[in-house]
Amino acid sequence: MNAPLDAGTTLAGSTLVGPVLRVSDLVKSYGGPTILNGVSFEAYAGVSLAVIGANGSGKSTLLKCLIRLTDPTSGRIEILGHEVISLASRALRRFRSRIGVVWQKHNLVPRLSALSNVLHGVQSRLSGPRSWWQWAATDAVRAEALACLARVGLDDKALQRVDSLSGGQQQRVAIARMLMQRPEIILADEPDASLDPQSGEDVMRLLSDLARQDGLTLIVISHRLEHTLQFSDRIIGLAGGLITMDVATQQADPIKLRRFFDKPTE
Amino acid sequence: MTPSLARSAPPPRFQHRSLAEYVGIIVVLALVITSVVNTAPPLDTLQRGAARLFAPSGFLMQMFPPDFTHVDRIFWKLLETLQMAVAGAALGLICAVPFAILATDRLSPHPLIKTAARGCIAFFRTVPDLVWAIFFIIVVGLGPAAGVLALMIDKIGFAGRFFAEAMEEADTGPQDALRAIGASRMGIIFSAVFPACLPSFTATSLFALEKSVRGSAALGLVGAGGIGVDLKVAFDLFNYDEALTIILMMLILVVGVEQGSSWIRRKLI
Repeated sequence: MNAPLDAGTTLAGSTLVGPVLRVSDLVKSYGGPTILNGVSFEAYAGVSLAVIGANGSGKSTLLKCLIRLTDPTSGRIEILGHEVISLASRALRRFRSRIGVVWQKHNLVPRLSALSNVLHGVQSRLSGPRSWWQWAATDAVRAEALACLARVGLDDKALQRVDSLSGGQQQRVAIARMLMQRPEIILADEPDASLDPQSGEDVMRLLSDLARQDGLTLIVISHRLEHTLQFSDRIIGLAGGLITMDVATQQADPIKLRRFFDKPTE
Repeated sequence: MTPSLARSAPPPRFQHRSLAEYVGIIVVLALVITSVVNTAPPLDTLQRGAARLFAPSGFLMQMFPPDFTHVDRIFWKLLETLQMAVAGAALGLICAVPFAILATDRLSPHPLIKTAARGCIAFFRTVPDLVWAIFFIIVVGLGPAAGVLALMIDKIGFAGRFFAEAMEEADTGPQDALRAIGASRMGIIFSAVFPACLPSFTATSLFALEKSVRGSAALGLVGAGGIGVDLKVAFDLFNYDEALTIILMMLILVVGVEQGSSWIRRKLI
């Protein structure tokens, strides 16, 4: 586990001082019930932050708000120096290209090979046909995509269709695609949720190791208590649209944490 | 009747209908009956027609045996028909893709553009290809060029609708994942949407080719090139035996294309 970092710490790979992410009074309502009701927190470079909460507590909505896949009702979001809520279309695309996202469902294109799917990650930096199809990509891009697959241990499956891979392997391909993006922050929405316990732990360990190796901030929405304790430096708990707990993992009380999960995970 | 028997009794065969339902049924029946009375051939006309058809010197007897004297010329015209069909289908399918993208909820840049694209597709599909052929004969003159243009417009209407439906139904997860990393609209379309829609696109394209082949044979009847011109001339000159040869060769072409496309569909999808 990483040692928790203080505000202002600068890690290798990051030139930023102070929080890389700051959320202030974030409110999100879908017309009816208010999902997020004044959420505020910060995240610092190189820290692994777990967001926990029961189903419907607004974890996924929070993540979508961070990259404006859904527009917040009010509040402020500052990430990597961007005032996210006020970004116009083109600037929003440039901002998103700096944020890697790993989804609960891997969201790969099933008919394509692992290499093609990983190569799609380069679309955060390049546009045009050379970033659309692996047969049209430059040698350098193909080599980088293969290297990303090697980092997740799947370079030998590069040309296999992803729908022929296991769930854990598909999630690893999704992580390789995220690496291809060269992100500065990683957001992960329950990346272990649809996997068996062993595959889930492998994926979480891989994600945590990669973030640590590259000095990246990792924000994980987590639904497994053991993974939360094992792979995070700090834990925030969402309940009733508010952050009701913010604690360093080393000081976290598992009994109190368990209240944020819908059912026992051990 | 005991309560238990009452519970197990079958439901009534006919439910009580409202006055509006009765009026609806009467209107539909009236429409069907007046349509048949006003347009369907009376029985005596059918009888006279059948007598003419099967008479010793009648139409059917004059068709047999088929006349294969000009089979080589018919073959080349049939090849031209196939080329018209392939060209019309190919151009139509290529043009249908941007129309379909613009007509799709998630991919269209603006609701007004989406509405306009859907309107165009519906218009192209609604007007029959023979009408398009007459229109293009006026524009580019008699010959296969008018036929190709007519088939192209018809295929934009046909394939545009099915392409758009396939793109609407494609899994949105991969598209959202690429949108989340800042991929461009074109990048999302080519990387996530098209690969997901490939089986559906392939099936629609092959059906479009089959439809195009069948349509191209008829377009010549109005002067838009292909074997239809020869078929019309054969009928006009009462060369029914040659007309039968043309019909048989058209049948071989259409069945051949349908079998070929079925085989490709099985292999690819």
